Amino acid sequence: MENKKSLFSRLPIVSQLKKSVGLQRGMLIAGIVMTAIFLLTAALAPLISPYGATQRFDETQAPPSSVHIWGTTAGGYDVFSRTIWGAQTAFLVIVVAVALSIFIGVILGLLSGYLGGWLDRILVVVADAIYAFPTLLLAMVMSIAISQGRSNMWSGIFSAAISITVVFIPQYFRVIRAETIRLKAEPFVESAIVVGASSVRIMARHIYKNATRTLPLIFTLNASEAILTLAGLGFLGFGIEPSSAAEWGYDLNHAQSDATSGIWWTGVFPGAAIVLTVLGLTLLGESMNDLNDPRLRGRKRAGKKNARAKKKELVDV
Amino acid sequence: MSHSTHQAPKGQATGAAVLDIEKLKVTFATDSADVLAVKDVSFTVAPGEIVAIVGESGSGKTVTAKAILGLLPETAQSSGAVIISGNDILAVSAHQLRQIRGRDVAMVFQEPSTALNPVYTVGWQIAEGLRAHRPEGKRVGRKAARLLAIEALGKVGIPEPEKRVDYYPHQFSGGQKQRVVIAAALALNPGLIVADEPTTALDVTVQAEILELLRDLRDQYGTSIVLITHNMGVVADLADRVVVMFQGDVVEEATAQVLFANPREEYTQKLLAAVPHLGRNSASEGFTERAFQDKEVLVRATDLEIEYPGRLGSPAFRAVDKVSFTISAGEVFGLVGESGSGKTTIGRAIAGLNRTTGGSLKVLGYEMRDYKERTFRPLRKDIGFVFQDPAASFNPHLTIGECVAEPLLIHTDLSGSAVTKKVGELLESVQLPATYARRFPHELSGGQRQRASLARGLALKPKLLVADEPTSALDVSVQAKVLELFREIQVEMGFAALFISHDLAVVDILAEWVGVLYKGQMVEQGIGNQIMGNPQMDYTKRLLASLPVPNPAEQAERRAMHQALLAGK
Repeated sequence: MENKKSLFSRLPIVSQLKKSVGLQRGMLIAGIVMTAIFLLTAALAPLISPYGATQRFDETQAPPSSVHIWGTTAGGYDVFSRTIWGAQTAFLVIVVAVALSIFIGVILGLLSGYLGGWLDRILVVVADAIYAFPTLLLAMVMSIAISQGRSNMWSGIFSAAISITVVFIPQYFRVIRAETIRLKAEPFVESAIVVGASSVRIMARHIYKNATRTLPLIFTLNASEAILTLAGLGFLGFGIEPSSAAEWGYDLNHAQSDATSGIWWTGVFPGAAIVLTVLGLTLLGESMNDLNDPRLRGRKRAGKKNARAKKKELVDV
Repeated sequence: MSHSTHQAPKGQATGAAVLDIEKLKVTFATDSADVLAVKDVSFTVAPGEIVAIVGESGSGKTVTAKAILGLLPETAQSSGAVIISGNDILAVSAHQLRQIRGRDVAMVFQEPSTALNPVYTVGWQIAEGLRAHRPEGKRVGRKAARLLAIEALGKVGIPEPEKRVDYYPHQFSGGQKQRVVIAAALALNPGLIVADEPTTALDVTVQAEILELLRDLRDQYGTSIVLITHNMGVVADLADRVVVMFQGDVVEEATAQVLFANPREEYTQKLLAAVPHLGRNSASEGFTERAFQDKEVLVRATDLEIEYPGRLGSPAFRAVDKVSFTISAGEVFGLVGESGSGKTTIGRAIAGLNRTTGGSLKVLGYEMRDYKERTFRPLRKDIGFVFQDPAASFNPHLTIGECVAEPLLIHTDLSGSAVTKKVGELLESVQLPATYARRFPHELSGGQRQRASLARGLALKPKLLVADEPTSALDVSVQAKVLELFREIQVEMGFAALFISHDLAVVDILAEWVGVLYKGQMVEQGIGNQIMGNPQMDYTKRLLASLPVPNPAEQAERRAMHQALLAGK
C-alpha cells in the first residue's frame, strides 16, 4: 500500500468530508458552513461591524434603519455591531475554555487511568462530584469567585472560560481515563512494558496518541455547550459587563422587557446568533462523530461509481 | 407478499441439489475503492452431503457463506444465483427470505457465546425460530414450542433437556453452547446447515465432540452441511467434498479422499504441505534424554501458584496450581494446554506481567515473588516477548522501525543512526526488507507483522524468549513460514524459549521438551516425540487423539481410536 494519503486529506474535517455521502454529507456541510461563518465573523469583526461594541448612541430602541441596520437597544447600543462583536467574545471564550479543559483533563485522565490506585479513586470521586453539580450553578459560583463581580473584557472572558473549564474537565477526564484503562490492557502497551519502558514513556508515547483520537469530536460538541453556558451566564448577569465587551446572553437578557412592547430587533438577532452557532457546531460535531464510526457511516453502493474494483495486491510472505 | 413461496420438496426425496450456487460475485464498497470479495464461485450441495469450503483469510469463504443466507451487509453488491429449494436467495424479497431462513437453511456461527442472547433461556431462543415460522400452516403455541425445543436439545446430546431448556446460556460450557446453537439451527429441520468455522473457538477435545455431532446429524436426519473452515484436519474428519477458495475464486473442487491424496492445483498442494502434521518434522527427533541440561538454568518454577482474586465474596481463582519446571539456556520448552489451562498465565508471569501468589518462580535468578518493577527492569533486556496477535501488539501510531527500535532506545545508548542501522539488520534477520521500517503496522500482512514482532523480541539478543501462541492468529501457509523462521533464528542465536501453544503439532515442530497443562496443573512433561508418540497420562492421550489430522483415511482410524478411548473411560 504505497498510496499513502496526503497530510491534507487526513486532517480531521477534510477526511470526514471525503468519507461522507448523502444526508450525512449534507449535515456535515451545513455544519461546516455555519461554523465557518461564525469563525469568519469573529475574525473579521473589526471590518464588518460599523461601530464599536461598547459605543453608545443617543437614539435608544430605534427600529432598524439605514444608520443602524438592526436597530439599537434600550442602552443605546447598535444591535448589528453588538451581534458581530459577540461572535468574537464567544470564540475567545470557547478557545480558552476548551483549551484549558483539554489540557488539564487529558493529563489527569492519563495519570488516573494508567497509574490507578488511590490517585485514580480520588480523582474519580472529585470528577463525579463536579458532574453531579448543575453546570450553570457551578459556572455562576466560579464566575463570582474569579471576577469578584468586577470585569473588563479579558478578565470577563477568563472568568467565563474558567468557570466553563471547571465544568468540562470531568468530561475530558472521563473519556481519556476510560480510553487509557482500555489501552492499558492492549498487547502493544504490554509489549512496551516487557521491553522495559518507563511509565512516563508508555503514557507519553503509547497511550497519549491512541487515547486522544476522539478529542476533536468532544471538542466540537463541547464548543457548542460552552457557548450555551456563556450565554446562560450572560443572561443571568454573571457574564461580561456590557461596557467592556459584547455578549449575546447579556443582550438577550436586556431584550426581555422589549419583547412585550413590540421591540423585536433587540432580541431576535443575538438569539438567532446563539441558535445558529450552536446548531452549526453541533451538526459539525455530530456528523464527524457518526462518520468516524464505520458502523454509523453511510456508504456509496458498490459498483455504482468507479466500479473499477480495486485489485488487492497482497504482498504476502 | 400475498402468494406463498414455492414449496420445494425436501431434497432427500428427489435427489435434487439442496444448494446450487452459480457464478456468485460479491463486491464491497469501501472508503477507498470497491473490493471484489468473491469473483466467480459455483458449486452444488447434494442432499445429505457435507461440503467443506476451505481457504485462508481473505479468500471469500465467509462472504460466500453469508450470501447463502442472504446476510450480506448493505455495502455489498452481489450477482449470480444462490438457489435453495427453488428460490434464488439473491432475488427474493425480504419477506420470502425470512421464510426461507430457518425453514430451508440455517446457520451455525463461529463463536457460540456471542451467538446466544444472554438474557433469554436457551429454550426461548430455540422456540423463537419455531414461533417465527408456521410449520404445517399454523402458529406454534408456547407449550408446543417448548416441547419442540426440548426435542431439539435432546437431538444434539444435551443431557436432561427437560430441565436444561430453562437454563441461560452462561450455565452451559462452550461446547454445550455450540450444541445449543446447532439445536436452534435444527429446530425447523432445515435441509441445509451452513456452519461458519463451527469449532474454531473451541478446544480440540470439544471440537472432536462437535464434529461427531455434525456427522451424526447428517447420518440420522440427512441434513446437508456447508462447512466453512481453515482447518484441514476438520475437513479431513468431516467433509465428503471440498471446495478450495483463494482470493475470491474456486481453485479446486474434489472429494475429500482425492483432494488429500492427489491435490491437483499448486495452491492446494502448498496449502496441504503447510499444515503441521503431528510426528513429522519433530524438533526432538531421535532424542532419548533431555538436552541442554548442562547449561545454566534460566527459569526455575517450584510449586508455582498463581491466583486471580475473586470478586467480592467469591473465592480466588487458581489459574496455576503447584507447577514445577525448568528452562535451561538454549532450550525450547513447549507448553501446551487447552484454554483456561493456565499456560498464558505462566508465560506472562515469567515476563512480569502477572504476579505470582505462591511457590517460587526464579527468572534469570530473580525471585518473582518479591517482584518490583524497578528492580526487575534491568533484567528485561534479557527477556523477549512475542504476543499472540501481531495486529494488536504494535502501537498503530508508530512505524515498524520505531516499534522495533524501542528496546534499543530504552536499554542502550546507541546514536540515532546506529539504531536505524540496527533496526534494518534486525528486520533483515527476520526476512523483511529494511525499508519496511518506515511502514506502519497496518500496512503489513499478519505474517510480516509477526516477523517484525519477533525482530522486536530479539532486538537485544535476549537469553530467553517467551512466545505466547505466536502463530495462532496466522493462516496455515504463513504459520509454516513463521515457524521455520523461528526455528532457524533459534538455532542461530541459541536463545532459550518458552513456546506456548494449544496446537500440539506446532509445539512438536519447535520444542525439544514439552509440558502439558490441564486446569492449572502440569499433567505430564517429557521429550517432545515421547509425549506425542507415547503419552502416559489419560488427559494427554485424549488431547492427542482428538487432534484431527489432515488425512481422511488416517483420521477415520484416529476417530475410532478416540471413541474407544472415551468409551473406555
